[in-house]
Amino acid sequence: MTPPNRRTPSHLRYLREGTLPTTFCPGCGCGTVLNCFVHTLDSMGIDAGELVSVTGIGCSSWLLSPYLKGDTLHTMHGRAIAFATGVKAVMPGKRVVVIAGDGDLAGIGGNHLVHAARRNVGLSVFLVNNQIYGMTGGQVSPTTPSGVRTTTTPYGNAEYPLAIAEVVAAAGANYVARWTTYHVRPLMRAMEEALTTEGFAFVEVLSQCPTNYGRNVGMPTAVEALTAFKERSVPAEKACGMQAEELEGKYVVGTLARRARKEYTRVLREASEAARRGEAG
Amino acid sequence: MAGPTGGPDVEGGSEVAPAELRAAYLRRWEGRTNFMQGNEAAALGSIYAGCSFYAAYPITPASEIAEFLSKAIPLVGGSFLPMEDEIASISSVIGASWGGAKALTTTSGPGFSLMQEAIGYACMTETPCVIADVQRSGPSTGQATKPAQGDVMQARWGTHGDHEALVLSPSSVQECLSLMVECFNLSERYRNPAILLMDGEIAHLRERVRLPLAKDVVLEGRPMGSPGDAPFGGRPVPPMVGFGRGAAVHVTGSTHKQDGMREASTQATHDRLVRRLVDKIASDRDKLERVEERFTEDAGSAVLSFGCAARPALGAVLRAREQGLRVGYMRLVGIWPFPRRAVARLGERVSRIYVPEMNLGQVSREVERFVDCEVVPLGKIGGVPHTVNEIVRAIKGGDGP
Repeated sequence: MTPPNRRTPSHLRYLREGTLPTTFCPGCGCGTVLNCFVHTLDSMGIDAGELVSVTGIGCSSWLLSPYLKGDTLHTMHGRAIAFATGVKAVMPGKRVVVIAGDGDLAGIGGNHLVHAARRNVGLSVFLVNNQIYGMTGGQVSPTTPSGVRTTTTPYGNAEYPLAIAEVVAAAGANYVARWTTYHVRPLMRAMEEALTTEGFAFVEVLSQCPTNYGRNVGMPTAVEALTAFKERSVPAEKACGMQAEELEGKYVVGTLARRARKEYTRVLREASEAARRGEAG
Repeated sequence: MAGPTGGPDVEGGSEVAPAELRAAYLRRWEGRTNFMQGNEAAALGSIYAGCSFYAAYPITPASEIAEFLSKAIPLVGGSFLPMEDEIASISSVIGASWGGAKALTTTSGPGFSLMQEAIGYACMTETPCVIADVQRSGPSTGQATKPAQGDVMQARWGTHGDHEALVLSPSSVQECLSLMVECFNLSERYRNPAILLMDGEIAHLRERVRLPLAKDVVLEGRPMGSPGDAPFGGRPVPPMVGFGRGAAVHVTGSTHKQDGMREASTQATHDRLVRRLVDKIASDRDKLERVEERFTEDAGSAVLSFGCAARPALGAVLRAREQGLRVGYMRLVGIWPFPRRAVARLGERVSRIYVPEMNLGQVSREVERFVDCEVVPLGKIGGVPHTVNEIVRAIKGGDGP
């Protein structure tokens, strides 16, 4: 894979004219994710026109809407995967991509995420997990670590965070991985695998929100957050042999699931054809 | 390009199920006279209309539509998706519509409530799609197996923000079929969701239906544009530029410009957009009026109803006339936009309008807005339809239902 190269910004052809610079805050991880995504497309020789992008509501949904120059459905909060399922059913030849945040996909839209993984519908889903509701000002989210003070947990978060990638893996997705905005090369490899998986592919990208999360947890700039991602990450293979207490505060990164179940809309089409043959015969 | 395995054509614009598959499927029905249930007729109507995508969540009293279409939709080369909830159902329907399919979801009150945000999204993004709401007795779980007509206002105002609604209400099994087709046509013509407002009584009623020849059913398609056209402005109903056409179309429920790009902070942009969304339907309000009118020439009073309640209403009018009472009859086929001209004309002719409906006055209150004569609400709830006698008694000055 060609590494990102600042001097040859060929990836700009993937972005809509007139939408730049992005609205992301200084130090936001969304820029890294977008950069990795368009470089992955570039290295794979995929044109943005080959994709249909479906997004939800939240900062990370803006990665594809408006910035990616392709057919884009900017939907309701939490429902991107359900919209995308409809798109995929009638456009089975398209790569349908969803990028949204932890509040969107793991919180309000968690139901759709679990069932899309169970169905194994052919979507490439990237969950940008900044562990906070960033766009609305830093409220606690389903992935906020316990004890953290946010604008709605002034006495510390009383809840445990959801290990969303493990949930998706358990639900039956064909491909599940977790990386961080520090791990850009493995992240791009995971993006490539997600884009080539037939079936439901899911990559959780731990990302930083200096403005509405980092400031509250002693990581006021991207540097502290990326350093934490680097130092606290444990490869999935190694994590298998570790106790829960040892993994406290750690980020398990790597591939969490690989399956070869048949893609949902293909199953539907084959069943339809069989039904029609049965009728004809 | 046809889908790789005979799925719907995804690049040809306003898509219906592959024509030959649909024609083959309809040959087993068309031209016959069948004894059918309302839900079955509504489902079959969607196939006549060219529906090739259906997604829903089971709910009484609408489930038979899903059961019927789970068999039919695959046979016409479409997609049937049993979704995890009603929000997912309407969301996938909207996605499928942008992919080029004529798309349908069906539900009842509780599910219809869950769909409201997405119905607003479909209004804002000008997405053709059809929702059938088989009304049951609410609020909440209410009488889940009993009919009602309590969603009249939800169908009009259920989603937040200013918008128009296209709502038709069948009173017979035959109309479940024909108005389903009409909902698809309205939805495509105006690029707006259309709602078939059924009820548990008509949905589960079985009666004779004449199944039309497919070639006699007039179908409309959405106005289609080419890459470069403004898909969200410039004319009352702008051309739709769907996915897969190389247009890099940007669809958003946020306030947007004519090209689809977000511009949510500008008052003028929002004002221009939402006024157009409202006006594209409101300006055609007179054309969209659909009422059935009988015995109004000599009428001194009239009974006005819709949906299932219109059946005992007509029975009451017939019986009252047998008894020498000059009573007229008006049935609203289109509920929204409200047929204000027809209702106002009726109000000029009669001194009193009785409005039997299976709710506590949602249509009668709307009637009051357009007439100066007396309006007598005859609301009945509890899941038991009006009887002819109850309505006749009210006409004669006695207690209503």
